[in-house]
Order: sequence, then C-alpha cells, then structure tokens
Amino acid sequence: MSDTAHAPASTDAAHGHDAHAHPDSFYIRIWGILLVMLVISVAGPELAHRVVSNETVAFVIVLFTAFGIAIVKAYMVVKNFMHIGVEKKYVGYLLIAMLVLMGLMIGGVGPDVLRHEGHRWVNQAAKDYKLPGDTGHHGDAHGEAKH
Amino acid sequence: MIRPIATTREMTGMPTGRLAVWWLIASEIVIFGGVLGSYLMHRIGHKEWAAASAHTNTWAGAFNTLVLLTSSLSAVLAHNAALRKDGKRAAKLLWFTILGGGIFLVVKSIEWTGEIKAGYTITANNFWSFYYTAAGLHGLHVIAGMIVMMFVAADAAKGKELQRVENAGLYWHFVDLVWIFLFPLLYIAK
Repeated sequence: MSDTAHAPASTDAAHGHDAHAHPDSFYIRIWGILLVMLVISVAGPELAHRVVSNETVAFVIVLFTAFGIAIVKAYMVVKNFMHIGVEKKYVGYLLIAMLVLMGLMIGGVGPDVLRHEGHRWVNQAAKDYKLPGDTGHHGDAHGEAKH
Repeated sequence: MIRPIATTREMTGMPTGRLAVWWLIASEIVIFGGVLGSYLMHRIGHKEWAAASAHTNTWAGAFNTLVLLTSSLSAVLAHNAALRKDGKRAAKLLWFTILGGGIFLVVKSIEWTGEIKAGYTITANNFWSFYYTAAGLHGLHVIAGMIVMMFVAADAAKGKELQRVENAGLYWHFVDLVWIFLFPLLYIAK
C-alpha cells in the first residue's frame, strides 16, 4: 500500500481543529497561573518543614501544596495547552484506559512492595534493610521472600 | 502535489499524524506511569528513602520546572501561529522551545555532576537508581523532542507542513507533564 496520497496543497494546518484557537494573551495568562502554582508548590513544603512542628499537619501541607498542585497543573496543561476538551472523545478514553492500566499495575504490585510480611511470608531482607544513603555503598531493599 | 498519508488522511476524524502522536503519548503514560508508580510505592514502603531524597537540589528542580513550563508556552504559541499560517513566527517560537530544552539539559548536567561527585551515583542505593532512571528517561525524551522540533521548525520557516507544529507541541506538553509529577516526587517530598 502506498504511503502517500494526493491532496490539495491548501490542506489546512489544523484540519478544522482550530475550534480551540485562543489569543496569545490567553496562553500567557495560563502560564502565569502555572508559575504562581509552581511558587506555592515549592514554598508550601519548605514552610511546612521549617515552621510546622506537628508531623501530620506538615505531611498534609506537603501533600496538598506539592502533589495536589501538581495534579491541578497537569490538568491545566492538558486542558489549555493540549486542548483535550475539543479533541475527539476517544482520545480521552484512550488516555484514561492507560491510566487505568497504570492503576492496575500499582494495585497488583503494591501489596508486595509496600509490605514486608504477609500471612505466610516474610521478606526478611527488606525488613532488615537500612538505606546506605550517605555512604555510597551498594544496596538492595528486596531479598528473597522466605516462606 | 503528493503528501504523506499522515498529513492528509482523516478516516478517524482527525489527521492520522495527530492520532499517532496521541497513541505515542498513551504508550508513554504506561512507561512513565510504571516508573513513577514503582517509585511511589517504594518511597512509601521505605521511609529511609527520605534521607536520600534530602540530597536532591530543590532549587535546580524548581528552575527546570519554570524552564519547561515556559517552553510549553512557546510551543502552544507556535501552534497558534501555525493556525494563523504564520510559519516564520511558528518556527521562531519552536526554536525558543528548543532553547528551553537545552537550558533544561544544561541545568540537569550541572546538577548530576555535583551529585555524582558527592558519591550519589546510580548504584549508590535504590533511591538514586530510581532518581537517575526516571530523570534520565525523561531527559532522553527532552532530547528526542528537541530533535523533532528542529525538523518541524525548519519546514515551518518555509511555510511547509504547519500541522506538524501542533503534533510536536502535543509531545512537548506531555514531556512537561511528566516533569510536573517528577518534580514533587524527586525534589519536594523529603
């Protein structure tokens, strides 16, 4: 099958996909909002670690300012820069299907990774493991499961 | 005039070239999702990783986030210029995006040099293995995006194949998206 086709030279740059056209100022405004969120995502966790003494409160602040804002930033990029809202619906379904696959992987592997012992097994190597963070030694958090 | 099918065929309701980019992005979600998901699980399962992650340079990561967000802006502005059939402006903005990718890589190189000199190599421990794998894989995607955009910008400057500006931009925004999640995972959660 040929990989070329005849078409008029005037084929539109966007093939009718210009329903999402905005003035440049719109995108600059979105970029500005993203930068403000970037500042919050850095300042929030820094302040939480330095000012807040309660560990749980600090954790919640980090969770919201770092990861919560990352999700909002990602949504803004997908919606406003990638124009997912005016794209064919099946593209959205395709991307969601991939996220579901990712969730399945995490759900399937998570119980083994997050826990070091179960009903009839113990991962002793993982339990004993201490990260040689500052020493530069080699390390492996996962040994063989002992039954 | 003979033009590639990816440019002209629209059997799925959109140009095949753009559909191909969405398929690429879908496959990349699984790749980066697997890496980030694995990192997240190990990070939660091994509290001692916090000690290692304390050595990453938050300011370098934040600066690179600023650079990538700005390069995403120039990519979408290039797309806007292409919609107006202004190939020269689209090309200029694409080159600005490529410059952003270059700055990102330079900052990353400086950062990695310091870390490696301090003994935090890819074999130092599992945290650093994940760190270099995730950030390195992302860096390779930045390089790939820069190379693709060089070709697209060269054509756009002549007013040719302007639909490719959007396709290259979609890919670049995805690279930006991955960094949006890598940044808090590797640099902020300490």
